[in-house]
Amino acid sequence: MNEKKYDLAVIGGGPGGYVAAIRGSQLGLSTVLVEHENLGGVCLNWGCIPTKALLKTAEVFRNIKNAEKYGLRVSGLGYDIDKIVDRSRNIAEQLSLGVTGLLKKNQVDVINGFGKLSGNGRVSIARDQSNTIDLLAKNIIIASGARARVLPGFEPDGELIWTYKEAMTPNIMPKKLLVVGSGAIGIEFASFYNTLGADVTVIELLPRILPTEDIEISELAQKLFEKDGITFITKAKLDSLKKKKGTVSCIIKFEQKVLELDFDRVIMAVGIQGNHEGIGLENTMVKVEKEHIVVDQWNATSEDGVYAIGDIVGPPWLAHKASHEGIICVEKIAGKKRIHPINKNKIPGCTYSHPQIASVGLTEVQATEKGFDIKVGKFPFIGNGKAIALGEPDGLIKTIFDASNGELLGAHMIGTEVTELIQGYSIGMTLETTEAEIIETIFPHPTLSEMMHESVLNAYERTIHY
Amino acid sequence: MTINILMPALSPTMTEGKVAKWYKNIGDSIVAGDIIADIETDKATMELESIDDGVLGEILVKEGTEAVNVNDVIGVIIEEGDKTTAATLSKNKVSEELSSPEETSDENKRANPKEIYENWEEGPTEKRVFATPLARRIAGKAGLNLSKMTGTGPNGRIVKLDVEKEISGNKKPDGTNNKTQLEASLTPPAIVSFGKYIEKPNSTMRKIIADRLTASSRDIPSYSLSVDCELDNLIRMRADLNNRSPNNSLGYKISINDFLIRAIALTIRRVPEVNTTWSEDAILQYEDIDISVAVSTKDGLITPIVRKADQKGLSEISIEMVELVDRARSGKLAPDEFQGGGFTISNLGMFGVKEFTSIINPPQSCIISIGAGEQRTVVRDGKVDVATVMTCTLTSDHRTIDGALSAQFMREFKFMVEDPLTMLL
Repeated sequence: MNEKKYDLAVIGGGPGGYVAAIRGSQLGLSTVLVEHENLGGVCLNWGCIPTKALLKTAEVFRNIKNAEKYGLRVSGLGYDIDKIVDRSRNIAEQLSLGVTGLLKKNQVDVINGFGKLSGNGRVSIARDQSNTIDLLAKNIIIASGARARVLPGFEPDGELIWTYKEAMTPNIMPKKLLVVGSGAIGIEFASFYNTLGADVTVIELLPRILPTEDIEISELAQKLFEKDGITFITKAKLDSLKKKKGTVSCIIKFEQKVLELDFDRVIMAVGIQGNHEGIGLENTMVKVEKEHIVVDQWNATSEDGVYAIGDIVGPPWLAHKASHEGIICVEKIAGKKRIHPINKNKIPGCTYSHPQIASVGLTEVQATEKGFDIKVGKFPFIGNGKAIALGEPDGLIKTIFDASNGELLGAHMIGTEVTELIQGYSIGMTLETTEAEIIETIFPHPTLSEMMHESVLNAYERTIHY
Repeated sequence: MTINILMPALSPTMTEGKVAKWYKNIGDSIVAGDIIADIETDKATMELESIDDGVLGEILVKEGTEAVNVNDVIGVIIEEGDKTTAATLSKNKVSEELSSPEETSDENKRANPKEIYENWEEGPTEKRVFATPLARRIAGKAGLNLSKMTGTGPNGRIVKLDVEKEISGNKKPDGTNNKTQLEASLTPPAIVSFGKYIEKPNSTMRKIIADRLTASSRDIPSYSLSVDCELDNLIRMRADLNNRSPNNSLGYKISINDFLIRAIALTIRRVPEVNTTWSEDAILQYEDIDISVAVSTKDGLITPIVRKADQKGLSEISIEMVELVDRARSGKLAPDEFQGGGFTISNLGMFGVKEFTSIINPPQSCIISIGAGEQRTVVRDGKVDVATVMTCTLTSDHRTIDGALSAQFMREFKFMVEDPLTMLL
């Protein structure tokens, strides 16, 4: 059989895979992309993008609800859950088509089907039960992504027990909702459903919500969410659940107490696990540990010519981390000089709840644990003119510097639109600015970004506006 | 084809400079290595060497023009055989009030300045160092010179990691050197290889001193000879003269060194062959007697010049020296005040140094080293006596001055110092 030969085969068309494929083609590699569902992966179809569409609906709803605060009279506010979901789905579809166009423009061959490694650079793609395509690639990038982690005994049923997929395509608005897990995904759904009127409870195993964030940010977030009506139970474990007709009875254990609560729906948001099964890794030397593929700093696996990027190689499970790994990996394959392995400490993370949370770098605790002598700067939203004008006076920007040399070690933000602000600090960290360059920078007035300036000024005891 | 002559960056901080002197006129042919101009900064004056052959086609910045930006075109060299350009250039001559070189030379006449800049390997230019602010700060705190580091960041930028690697060196966690003994034995030793040290970047002045004196030591066949001079007469005369100093603005305080400057100048009148410079074709004997006086400053050695010292009286020399030393130490000497000179005097007597030799200050032929005047026993007519004696050592360039001539100079010098009244003659 005459197999088609490629320089590069990418398995998985998510934000890691399709970006890697485009970059490969740009660098002159003949490239094929294999995807068995929708181009754009979970991010575009079932993650980042459709949830942002839902959260925009929640934001507009919140603003209209608060219209009087802004001097507006609005009556008859209501919603149509089907239309909300439709909007979200249409946006995902539109963007997925966009990715198709990008791949075509960059001359990447796209094969719809389930790709599987057969060893020695061979990939076989099952298009359906009977139709299989084989191809040969000098280099293979596995970008198979991840899926929601399933805890035994709490398997989602698509009816009462939801994963993110069902949670973003609801057919009803639950009156009482339990969210299990308070990471970014859990918090975003909690925020969306809470805003649209559901009575939301979030349980978290750890002592605080958003456990990867700076403690101060976690605590302020919990306070602000509670003010908005969300109930949190931390150090709590979902012990068991009993499905009833249309409701679920949940046994929650925390601090030696046992609660039995009824909910209409339960969203399981307890992390994700890598999609390493069924893709033929057994035909290769590729090593898998704790459900993730083991790679080196350039994303090479233990098998020559086989690489892995994105969620399948481990946390943080973020689209932009996957894309960046994809680009570095392909540039390494293409022999580009002066490339740098990803620095996981400089990957920003964003949560699009209300208020938003964004961060990059070390938390205060991490910085101290690593032995840094630190300077910490803080600036609250209440001291910022633009925040007040927007009617969004809640929030905080916190910066952490290495006292010995002024290196920006971390930045942590909570408040409206902070997800759009964090990149400023990311650029600063990448360019290795010290506090001096940020202090010398002229920030436009009136903007929320002025708080980024003030936070740095505060770290050096030079705050002006608070 | 024409080549632009650019204002060079003589130090990392230099942003503008002065065209102190043009050595070539329009139409003069230039060979690579020729000195074409003197460029002056607030710190130093350096010769601008041509790296190209050709003819000086245009002078765009007049001699004496200050505050010329680095990389501005100051002149144009036309390559030999390029008659068309030469014709064009001669037509528009050199206008006295050429406003900006950018506007007056067309694009095709100008070589790529960057190309010249980068190819200027032996020139005195220093490359801009690309480093992140954090890397700069960490290097600064560690006293490291970034210009010697290799950057691994975007476009070769020096990043924090590079500086940290430099600081930790090739050391293993246990602090031992990573190199094997064999590797170490094959590696030529660095100038500073062991022990802790801080790195003090060399100033332009330091580099000039190093270059000139290395060249002097390497290229000049020098020899030294010493004489002892009795100073008692001179000391008495000095006291006498200083006592007569008026108590007004005309007051003076003549030092022993001032006497010695005058003594040297007057001795040179009698033995003018020491006031010379060696060149392949001829020995150049200077008409003026200009004495360079070595002065130590915090930045290094500098030699202000007493011009026509033989025509100046003691008080004049004294007042001039006070002023020159003052400005030398505050770094305010103009280049023509320390460049040139035909003969150097270096005096370490005030430190109690008995005698020493110096390295010739090229292109001069002689330098005299003055030791301390101290009471020593002397034997006169078979009797032991005590006198104030000073040992003076002349170092000479054997290419220009044979030993007998140096000896003659020292004898005349000794007579004059020991019988200072003859300085009045």
